[in-house]
Amino acid sequence: MASEGAKTSAEYIQHHLKNLQVCQDESGNWIWNHCSGNFWAINVDSMIFSVGLGLFLAWLFSRAAKKATTGRPGKMQAFIEIVIDFVNSSVKGTFHGTNALIAPLALTIVTWVFMMNLMDLIPVDWLPWIAHAAGVEYLKVVPSTDPNITFAMSISVFILILFYSFKNKGVGGFIVGELMMNPLNPKDLGVPKILWPLVCAFNFILESVALLAKPLSLSLRLFGNMYAGELMFILIALLFASFFAGVAGAVLGLGGIVLHMLWAIFHILIVTLQAYIFMMLTIVYLSQAHEAH
Amino acid sequence: MDLNATLIGQTIAMIVFVWFCMKFVWPPLMGMIEERQIEIADGLAAADKGARSLELAEVEKTKMLDQARGQAREIIEQANTRAGGIVNEARTTADQERERILVSARAEVEQEVNRAREELRRQVAEIAVDGARKIIGREINAATHRDLLDNLAREI
Repeated sequence: MASEGAKTSAEYIQHHLKNLQVCQDESGNWIWNHCSGNFWAINVDSMIFSVGLGLFLAWLFSRAAKKATTGRPGKMQAFIEIVIDFVNSSVKGTFHGTNALIAPLALTIVTWVFMMNLMDLIPVDWLPWIAHAAGVEYLKVVPSTDPNITFAMSISVFILILFYSFKNKGVGGFIVGELMMNPLNPKDLGVPKILWPLVCAFNFILESVALLAKPLSLSLRLFGNMYAGELMFILIALLFASFFAGVAGAVLGLGGIVLHMLWAIFHILIVTLQAYIFMMLTIVYLSQAHEAH
Repeated sequence: MDLNATLIGQTIAMIVFVWFCMKFVWPPLMGMIEERQIEIADGLAAADKGARSLELAEVEKTKMLDQARGQAREIIEQANTRAGGIVNEARTTADQERERILVSARAEVEQEVNRAREELRRQVAEIAVDGARKIIGREINAATHRDLLDNLAREI
C-alpha cells in the first residue's frame, strides 16, 4: 500500500512477504517479529492457517463420512467420493504394493496442499487488512509460500521413504544394494574386487544426492510456484495504488483488475497442479521405497 | 497499513474472479457431481427394480406351480375315472360276450344232440328193418312199408 507515500512499493512487497513470527529473545521474553536468525522462531500465521485448514478438512471429511449414505449421495458426499476415487485410482495406478498408509496419506497431501494453495486466490490485502485492524502487523495467508511448511511436509515424506526403504529392503539391502551397487554395478562391470570400494563410494555419493534431492525438490517446487504466484499478485496489487489519482492511474488500476483476474484464473490451474504433483511424487517415491531394483 | 484504493481494486478483481468461477468453473464441477448423483440413483433404482421383479417372479412361480399341481391332480383324477369306466365297460362287454357264447354253444350242443338222436333213430330203424327182413326172410319193400317203418322209428 503506497498511499500518501506512507510506504514505497518495495516496502509494500516486503511487508507482504513477512511472516508473523514469535520467538524468545536472549533474556527469555517472548517477542513478536524481531526474530531473524533465530531458528526457534515460529511463523504464527503459517501455523494458524495450515492447521486451521487441516482441521477444516478433517471436519469436512468426517462430517461427510458421518452423513454418508449408501443411497443417493448428497452433493458434498458425491464431491468427496469423486476426490477419493481420483486419489485412490492414482495410488492404484502407481503403487503396486500393499500398504494401507499410502492412499490416506495421498488424500491428506492433495487436499491439504490444495487448500493451502487456494488461500492464494484470496486478494492479498484482505486478510492482512483485517489483521491490521485487529492490531496484528504482519500476516502471510498462504502457508505454502512459507518454506517451513513445504519442507515440513517433504521431510515427513522423506522420513517415510527412509522408513519403508529400510523396512522393505533391510539396512544392508538399502544402503549397500540400492545406494552402493547402483548405478555402476561393480559385479556386472567386472571390476576387480580391490577397486570395489572405490566404485561403491562413487555410487554412494551419486545415489545420496539423488535421495536427498527428493525432499528438496518436492518442497522447493511447491514453495517456488506458490511464492512466485503470491509475488505476482502483490505486484499486480501495486497497480491499484493510484486508482483515483488521474486518468493514467485509473487505466493502470483497470489493467490491474484484468491482470489480477487472468492471473487468478491461471492460478486455479497452478494450485491444483501443484497439489497433484506433490501427491503423485509422494506416491512414486514411496512406491520406489517398496520395490526392489 | 491504511484502507486505500488497493483494497477496492482487489475487491473488484475478486468479484470478477468469483463471477468467472461461478460462470465457468462451478457448472462443470456441479455437472460432474450431479451426473454422479443421477448415476448412483439410477443404479439403486435399477437394483430395486430388479429385486422387486425377482419377488414378483417368485410369486408368479409359486402361483404357476400351484396351478400345475392342481392341473396334474385333475388329470390324474380324470384318468382314474376313465380307467374305472373302461374296466367296467370291458367287464360288461365280456359278460355279455360270455353269455352270448354260452347261449350259442348251448344251442349248438342241443342241435348236435338232436341230430345225433335223429341219426340214431334212423339207424335203429334200419337195424330193426334189417333184423325183421332177416327174420321174415324176404325183402321188405321200403316203399310199401313206409308207414310201418315210420311208426317204428317214432316208437323208438
